[in-house]
Order: sequence, then structure tokens, then C-alpha cells
Amino acid sequence: MEKPQLLSRLARLWDPLFKGTTAVLAYLVLALLVAICVALLHEGSQAFRTFGWHFLVSKAWDPANNRFGALIPIYGTLISSLIAIVIAVPVSFGIALFITELAPRWLRQPVSAAIELLAAIPSIIFGMWGLFTFAPWFSNYEPWISDHLGSIPGIGALFRGPPFGIGMMTAGIILAIMIIPFIASIMREVFLLTPPMLRESAYGVGATTWEVVRNVVLPYTRTAVAGGIFLGLGRALGETMAVTFVIGNAHSVSASLLNPGYSIAAALANEFTEAFSPLYKSSLIALGFILFIITFVILVLAKLLLLRLERAQGEST
Amino acid sequence: MDLRYLRRRVTNVFNLGMAVMTTLLGLFWLFWILYTTARFGYHSLNLRLFTQDTPPPGAPGGLRNAFVGSLIMIGVGIAVGTPVGVLAGTYLAEFAGRKRIGEIVRFFNDILLSAPSIVIGLFVYSVTVTTMGGFSGLAGGLALAIVLLPVVVRTTDEMLRLVPSTMREAAMALGSPYWRVVVQITYRAARSGILTGVLLGVARISGETAPLLFTALNNQFWSTNIARPMANVPVTIFQFAMSPYSGWQHLAWAGALVATFAVLGLSIFARFLIRQRNN
Amino acid sequence: MSAVSPVPKISVRNLDFHYGKFHALKDINLDVAPREVTAFIGPSGCGKSTLLRVFNRMYALYPNQVATGEVLLDQQNILDRRQDLHHLRSRVGMVFQKPTPFPMSIYENIAFGVRLHERIKKGALDDRIEAALRQAALWDEVKDKLRQSGMRLSGGQQQRLCIARAIAVKPDVLLLDEPASALDPISTLKIEELIYELRQNYTIVIVTHNMQQAARVSDYTAFMYLGELVEFGITNKIFTNPSQKQTEDYITGRYG
Repeated sequence: MEKPQLLSRLARLWDPLFKGTTAVLAYLVLALLVAICVALLHEGSQAFRTFGWHFLVSKAWDPANNRFGALIPIYGTLISSLIAIVIAVPVSFGIALFITELAPRWLRQPVSAAIELLAAIPSIIFGMWGLFTFAPWFSNYEPWISDHLGSIPGIGALFRGPPFGIGMMTAGIILAIMIIPFIASIMREVFLLTPPMLRESAYGVGATTWEVVRNVVLPYTRTAVAGGIFLGLGRALGETMAVTFVIGNAHSVSASLLNPGYSIAAALANEFTEAFSPLYKSSLIALGFILFIITFVILVLAKLLLLRLERAQGEST
Repeated sequence: MDLRYLRRRVTNVFNLGMAVMTTLLGLFWLFWILYTTARFGYHSLNLRLFTQDTPPPGAPGGLRNAFVGSLIMIGVGIAVGTPVGVLAGTYLAEFAGRKRIGEIVRFFNDILLSAPSIVIGLFVYSVTVTTMGGFSGLAGGLALAIVLLPVVVRTTDEMLRLVPSTMREAAMALGSPYWRVVVQITYRAARSGILTGVLLGVARISGETAPLLFTALNNQFWSTNIARPMANVPVTIFQFAMSPYSGWQHLAWAGALVATFAVLGLSIFARFLIRQRNN
Repeated sequence: MSAVSPVPKISVRNLDFHYGKFHALKDINLDVAPREVTAFIGPSGCGKSTLLRVFNRMYALYPNQVATGEVLLDQQNILDRRQDLHHLRSRVGMVFQKPTPFPMSIYENIAFGVRLHERIKKGALDDRIEAALRQAALWDEVKDKLRQSGMRLSGGQQQRLCIARAIAVKPDVLLLDEPASALDPISTLKIEELIYELRQNYTIVIVTHNMQQAARVSDYTAFMYLGELVEFGITNKIFTNPSQKQTEDYITGRYG
């Protein structure tokens, strides 16, 4: 039986058209990243031209006299994120350990779902909770921290400060809570990727649960775990609203983590719409550019580390 | 029983005990934050919240304009972000396969997924606000679309790749062109998965504040003109919460309560859909 | 080696097939008789499915798979680059090892294929779908639930739905790639009965690893081994009096 071919010949145009459209939109994702980079660099170029490399190391932030430097916000961004990582990593590890090795089967799903819900809470809510609930509560304990940890030689200076409740430490703690679900869920996923044979043979020679995790699961998954940590760090660096509420928004560098500080994202959120001069605005966008580059590098690192385990998995199966 | 064995056991019990403690700590934070939001928000929750616009300091009022503005901008975000994301994800799953270009796009899509949303706000500010001559709801919606985009790309890619290739072959064997296979067969097979991804993405953009700060700005008054600055819930909460006026702070908490439970509700609903599909 | 009647439906001439560097089919020559059932048997990996997938050029979906030689369908070489694949596949239907219902209603499953190739009125489409389901011996079981999802049928019903879907397009040739291997014995029996019915109207090529099945349903049998066609002839002869030692070893279960 002969069938009409003409129709399908016309219709044949649709295939390349469809493929082409999807391809263009997929490349759009790449184009967007490039465009973000270029646009921020362009808008921030006035600041970079005016201050040169000095912009990166200057502590100045003086809108009245048009003198700007990025050091204080960069410092605050890095330090608050580092505090967050120091707190979040052990806690996330504990949670992942609990879910993969300890929890009875019926409890695994609800616990991981609850921890992941923490990531769904809007960051502004963390900020309000931090400012109105956590900070007042925390300020009760700051004198204790100041008295006890503050007298440790060497690192004591980090913990000596006024009991404001808000500051670098509070920002770090709240960032930690926000990134725990990300790190914990990656740790959980990669722990489950450990081949059961490895795990079982370790139990087989009489290892305790802890020894299995410590000597088998962790070594097997360590690059991916590191990837998860970097991913969390990337999140923490760029987090805006929660930090803006609790970091204290003080344009100063202080040794003490209990003192107020500033971060790039907080500076943008607070000052951008009020930046009256072009150089002021350009300096803020330049800050945004620096933030973008820092997080970009961290996130690329995170992805590369995560890919390694994925590749190894792909080869073994 | 020798000492070494005892030490191993103690270490084991201690470390596992710490794992339980950290899990409880994580859950404790979740409940503390939700409790705080519920307690403060509940007191300020009333019908005026949805029927009146944002008031000047000291006057009674609601967040009607902010809710409507947020809905409009989320709508723009979905309208732009979803089709673009679904098609881009389609390329990755259906055409790029294991090709290098596909891996590169996947890689950088994940970077975009985790990029700071405030930077995306800055970007949209620099390309739209400066060229269109002012802050606008449209710019806010576009910023949300860019936040949503990578989420949709990723889930579409993953969900389409779960569709067995035999289903595609079966449709091809009937003489179907490839685009029809994708549009009529694999999309349908992956429908609930993609929908889940979109819902999770929508939950995320619904709570986003940072991308709206310099795009939609905010608006104290009722406006549905997307070419003008537009009120929205997150930025209003931010401004009201940071203000010294107790009336505004109460409104901020009420808004926070509604926003939180809307977002959590969406996430839970999306997860529920995933489980339905897996069964 | 052609054991077949005057005008073959499909003629394979000097066919070679490569998956990348792997030489999967080596110089295959064979004729498929019209309106008869031809079975391909052989141990797994022998190339029988590969050969089947040349007949509708299914392999063209994958970039590193290449066929050279000639495959004539009604005297026309379908390996020709100018061959319209959509048109070819409307003439050569295929049913796969596992049932592949589309995620849509029973009705839409069948309508999908028909609408690809014809503009058809609702009434005519309804008739076509009923006829296809009747031919596939499924009509009585599903006539009251045509709007139900095709994925909610049992495995055997799904496979018959796939057969109905293939024949609704009105092909000349039906390719069946181990159509019963995923089914229970009763469903298998139904499919085999169906094949017996369908040979009145269609040229059928079936790949199977089940020799009894080949013996039951086919008129001609081709035995393949390591990418080569070892023996091809009337089924009865192949199973009772094979001319090749390899064939005999295989059908008496000495390897495979």
C-alpha cells in the first residue's frame, strides 16, 4: 500500500527546528554565566579603574568622600563563612552518619525530609529569627564565652568582646544552620554509594560501626565529602538576607568574632538602592563581581570534587 | 575483656551518641525557627492582612499589595523560567546525551544553581533597570526566572533520562519524528517528575528576597503595573522587620508566617508527588 | 541460500553491520517471503536482533552503528540514504521485547501512530482502532475502558496493545523482537496464536531465543551464530534435518 510522503517531507523541518531551539536555550545557560560576569565587571569597572588593585586591600568605605575599598566586606564574608563551615561540617557529618548507619529504616525518610525542609525555609526567616530570637538568647552566653574562651592564649582574642548578640559569630552560626541541609544531604548520598561489599567485609573482621565509617566509608567518599563541604561554603559566601539581619553591619575589622562586622552581600542589600554617586554604585557592583568570582571558584571546585566519585562509580558499574 | 577492646567500644558509643545529638540539634533548629515564626506571626494574623495594603507607620493595614505583587512576579518567573528550562533540559537529555557539550552545560548549570541570588539581582539590575530606566516588577520577575531556570533545567534533564529508551524506540518504530516522540511521549512519561522540580523551584523563588532588592525594589501602594516598582512580600518583610515601628514589625511577622508556610507547603507537596510517583 | 518463493518481500544482500569497531553482522544474504513467518534464532549476541533492527533502520538512532550492503523491501533498497525513515517505519512495524505502552490512554496509544501518517476523521479513527484491537485479540478485554491508561493493563495485554498499535498504522511487515520473552506462559500462548492469525495479512519476522516457539510459529527459520547466517530454510527441515553441524548442535541444546 502506498502512502503519501509529501506530508512527512514538510514535517521533517520540525526535527532540526526543535533540536536547534533546545540547543540554543541550553547554551543560554552558559551565556547567562558569561553575561553575569561581563555585566558586573563592566558596571564595576569605574571602581576598579579609580582605585586599581588598591580596591581589594583598602579598608576605606567613605561615601561622603567617594573613597571605597573592599577589604572589610571581603574579610567579613570569608570569616562568617568559615565559622559556618567549622560548625556545619561536624553537625552534617553526624546527621549523615545517623541517617545512613544508625536510624531504623522507618525513621530515615522522615529525618532526612525534616533536615531538608530546613533548606526550604526562606533565608529572610532565618534573618528575622536570628535577630529577634537567637541573638537575644545568644547574648546571654556571650559573657561566658568571653570569660572562658577569651582567656585561652593565642586564640583568646577571637572570643573577647561585648555581648551584643549580633556579630560575626551569630552570622556564622546562622549560616551554619542554613548550609547544614546541603552538606548533610550530599554526605548522606555519597555514604550510601559506598559498595556494600567493602562495608560488609569491614564488619566481617569485627569493626565497630564507628570504625567502619572512619576507616572505610570516609576514605572511600572523601573527595565527594570535600565537594559537599565546598558546595556548602559556596552557599554560605553568597547568602544575603540572613547575614544582613545579624552580622551587625559595622564597617570595621576586629579580631573578635563577637564584634559586629560586614559582608559583601549585606553591603549590597543595605546600601545599593541608597548609593547616590556613580562611583559608590560602581564600587558596590565591583563588590558583587568579587563575590561572584569567589563563589564561582569555590563552586567549580566543589563540582569537580563531586564528579570524581561519580566517575569512579560510573567506571565500576 | 582487654582494655583495647573496651576503648574501641567506648569510642564507638561516644561517636554514635554524638551523631544522634547532632541530628537532634538539626531538628531542634527547624522546630525552633518554625515555632518562633508561628508564635510571632499568629498574633498578627488577621483578615486585614489580605484585604488592605501596606500602611504608613502607626496605621493599621495589611500586605495585600505585597502578596499580589509577589504572585505577579513569581508568575513572570514561572512563565519565563519554565519553558526555557524545560527546553534546555530537553537538549541535555534527548540530544546531548554523553557528549562533551552536554557535560559542560550540566556542569555550569549546577554552578548557576548555587550562585548567590543577590549577584543575579545585580546582574538583572545592570541589564534591565539601567536600560529600561527604572526599577520594575518585570525586572524582578526576570531575576526570579534566572533563579528558577537552573532548577528546571536540572530536573528536566534528570527526569527525561529516567524515561526508558525503549519507549522512544517504540515511538520511532511507528515512524514518528523525534520532536513528536519528545513532546508527546517522553514529556508525558516524565511529567510528574518535571512538575515536582518546577514546584520545588517555585518554592525557592517564592522566598527569595535578594534578587528583588534592586530589581522590583518595593512599593508602598497598590500597583499591578509590571513596568513600575512593585510591592512584594520578602522585601516588605525585610523593610518592616528592620524598622523601629511595632505595627510594621507585626506585619513583617505575619507575612513571614504566611510566606514560610506557603513555601514549606509547596515543598512538602512536591515531595509528596515524588513519593506518589515512586510507588 | 535463498530457500524462498518467487518474489521475496525483503531481500538482504551482502549485509555487514558494525557497532563502532565491532563487526556484528558478516555478509548476510537471505530472502523473507511475503505473508509468511520467518524466525531468527541463535544464541544471545549472535546478531539476530541486530539484523531485525536493520529492517526498519532502528539502528539509525545511534550514531556509531553502520550497515553496508543492500536490504531490498519490495525491490527498493532501504539502506539508501534518501530513504525516508518515517515512511519506511510506517511500512515496517515493530514490537519490542518488553511491552512499551506510551503513558496515555489505550485509545491514544493506537491513535498516536495512525495520526502520524494520515489525516483521519474521528469516526474513521474509531473504526481503525477497533479493528486493530480486534486483530490483536484485545478488543473484548478493553472495549469498555479505552480511556484508561495503557500502562494499567497486564503485561500480556500491554504487549497485544503494542501489536495493535503497530498494525493500526497498516504496515506490510511486522518485526517482533522476542515479543513473548517477558510474558507468562498463558500470555505467550495468546501472542503465538495471534502471530498465527496475523500471517494472513502481514509478513512477519520474529526474533526468539526459544526454539520451540520458533518451531511452533514460523514457516522459515534462520539460524545465526557469531554474526553469520549459518543456515536458513523451511522451519520443518531446520528442526528435523539440519544440514549444518552447528545448527544441529544448537537445536539439540549442546550450546547457547
